[in-house]
Amino acid sequence: MAAAQISSQTRRAVIRDALGIGIASGAYAISFGAISTAAGLSLLQTCALSVLMFTGASQFALVGVVGAGGSVWAGAATAALLGARNALYGLRLSSVLEQHGLKRALAAHFVIDETTAMAIARESPAESRFAFWATGVVLFTLWNLGTLAGALATHLVPDPKVLGLDAAPPAAFLALLAPRLRAREPIAIALAAGMVALICLPFVPAGVPLLIVALLVALFGVLRSPA
Amino acid sequence: MIWAGVLVACASCYALKLAGLSLPARLLQDARVQRTVPLVPIALLAALVATQTFATGQHLVLDVRAAALAVAVVAVLLRAPFLVVVATAAATAALLRLL
Repeated sequence: MAAAQISSQTRRAVIRDALGIGIASGAYAISFGAISTAAGLSLLQTCALSVLMFTGASQFALVGVVGAGGSVWAGAATAALLGARNALYGLRLSSVLEQHGLKRALAAHFVIDETTAMAIARESPAESRFAFWATGVVLFTLWNLGTLAGALATHLVPDPKVLGLDAAPPAAFLALLAPRLRAREPIAIALAAGMVALICLPFVPAGVPLLIVALLVALFGVLRSPA
Repeated sequence: MIWAGVLVACASCYALKLAGLSLPARLLQDARVQRTVPLVPIALLAALVATQTFATGQHLVLDVRAAALAVAVVAVLLRAPFLVVVATAAATAALLRLL
């Protein structure tokens, strides 16, 4: 077993980091549970998203679009587009994880920002594998507990608007966006995307501006000259 | 209807994760794919911020959500944790409605 090649000191350090990330994500999941419930999804639908989708930005996008009156299909398409980056994480992880069959099928569910960051930060493949699985299991547990807590708490509130919960999704998207804005180009893309979405908005059904923006940024990425 | 959308979205997101682990590396290592995919979340998240702050349905509106977003921007610049950013934005909207 790979774990035999890792010192207990390293394991403790990895688990400590995983718990730190897990607790932060659990708190973030509480806001997901609350926003999803306020958007009109049932308790079961909200929890199903955290169990089955398990990729934060996509989950927020789906419930955000539904909450804003868009069709669930526009929300689903946006969620899938946001999930495309996980394919690139999977590519980076595939050589490290080297899993096959059922274990690969399970590993795939855990391929997200946090597990990728933890795995590629490690020195040896054995340590990377351990970091990936430890982060995945801790995160999955706390993410789902947080979702349930947020959804249950919001169920007790008769009108989510009284708590300002309709103003929560933009703040959540902003918090997800901010770490990606560390250079001039991403900032320019973000500003342009926001403006294009608002310009399209009066003319197409809710949720569709997001798909237009995704199409335009994909064209931009493919057509511009290589950096 | 919501259930169908939820389940299809979950299946799509899972398929993308599995594709990364399973597809031949050269398909995803294409320079254009590597360049383009990371841009998509930036554009989509920015579009979500804009549309969820300044619109109700298909109408552009300016209401307490804009003030809530401004507070969220300050919280992000101060490097506040995720839950604090979201909670201060919600509290701002709730308080302004009480006034």
